[in-house]
Amino acid sequence: MTDNLLNFELVSPEARLVSEPVKMAVIPGEEGVMGVGVGHASFVVTLKPGVVGLFAEGQDFTKDIPARRIFIAGGFADISEAGCSILAEEAVDVVTFDAAKLEQELSNLNEDLGIAQEETDKARIQAKIAMTTLKLQAVAA
Amino acid sequence: MPSLRTYRDRIKSVKSTRKITSAMKMVAASKLRRAQEQAEASQPYAQAMADMLSRVAKNVVINASSSKLLVGTGDDKRHLIVAVTADRGLCGGFNATLVKAVREQVRLLQAEDKEVYLVCVGRKARDLLKRSFGQRIWQSFTGITGKSRVEFVEANQVTQFILEKFEANEFDVCTLAYNKFENVLSQPPVLQQIIPFDLSAEEPVQQDNKKEQSEKVEFEGPKSPYDFEPEEERILNALLPRNIGVQIYRALLDSSAGEQAARMTAMDNATRNAGEMIKDLTLQYNRARQAYITKELIEIISGAEAL
Repeated sequence: MTDNLLNFELVSPEARLVSEPVKMAVIPGEEGVMGVGVGHASFVVTLKPGVVGLFAEGQDFTKDIPARRIFIAGGFADISEAGCSILAEEAVDVVTFDAAKLEQELSNLNEDLGIAQEETDKARIQAKIAMTTLKLQAVAA
Repeated sequence: MPSLRTYRDRIKSVKSTRKITSAMKMVAASKLRRAQEQAEASQPYAQAMADMLSRVAKNVVINASSSKLLVGTGDDKRHLIVAVTADRGLCGGFNATLVKAVREQVRLLQAEDKEVYLVCVGRKARDLLKRSFGQRIWQSFTGITGKSRVEFVEANQVTQFILEKFEANEFDVCTLAYNKFENVLSQPPVLQQIIPFDLSAEEPVQQDNKKEQSEKVEFEGPKSPYDFEPEEERILNALLPRNIGVQIYRALLDSSAGEQAARMTAMDNATRNAGEMIKDLTLQYNRARQAYITKELIEIISGAEAL
């Protein structure tokens, strides 16, 4: 481990998705976005759906965009002296998103919402719409 | 005495059965390897979840107002048992042992005057339990295990169903019944209570080397106080349902690895038995052929003598 780098880990129930040293990780905390560098105070945070940005070594986080951006559908972050580990049930690299496809999906979902009768169905579709909108925003940013 | 042809046909059919069982064994072995890999891959998440839970729980005073998933509904009258089996048979006693354990548990609880409900995961659980507890089965899920991998999203359907029922206050205690994958030869059925969740029961899982090390560090240095955002209670309330999901997912992974292991062993036995059967049949066939030849010789000789 290099001294000034943070051990970052991203695990989903199915696999350990990321495990690498980063300069800083920007995580979408439920009560606000926060940047985590090495030596951050111990913290347990719930995360809302959004983008986790990872700054690689040598990047200037005041100017550059993060080297790697990962979309998560909510989760938890555990920050300790050992590093920062994120538990997410769904995590996808933003670069793999296809804006056109997402827009198509969004319009499909909107159509579904018009058809849906039951309240539970509507709530489910609305949750999906919110998620897809967030994904689209992540691509646009 | 059966004719030679009968023996030949039997031997032929047993041979083709042996071919099938040995192929199934091979398939099960490769699926087992994949299932084991998947179980390993899910380990870090379960570990991290357990670590976080214990860390948060240390900072929370657990009282009656805590999440019901932790303290229970204050009653234990209505029990829900989630029975996890395979979708397919031909895996020895794998499904039968679990169903037997579930049945015993149901009887035990009923003897104590409790209401018992069932949720079946896997076609075999549904088929075998339907006869005795048809009306008690709330829901059956099939097609989750037995594929190349167990998807978390699919495991989550089970979790969501259980949590919805719990929210609706339809049961008090939830127990997960599945075959624990110990090794290729043993997959004993286990009953694990997941609602209300027992935090102290989590401890053995945490006895990982890494965990011990990090704990040591914590004790040696000035203990760093943890900060929580939002408050501990809210984090705990968010963590608990996910933890149920993790427990169920792990049970499904265990069960699917166990199924393949049980099938492998069963098919190995079947192949061996078929081999023995072929040996016996060949012996009988040879004997019959010998008898036939002797008989023909006798007929020729006695015919010649009669002339």
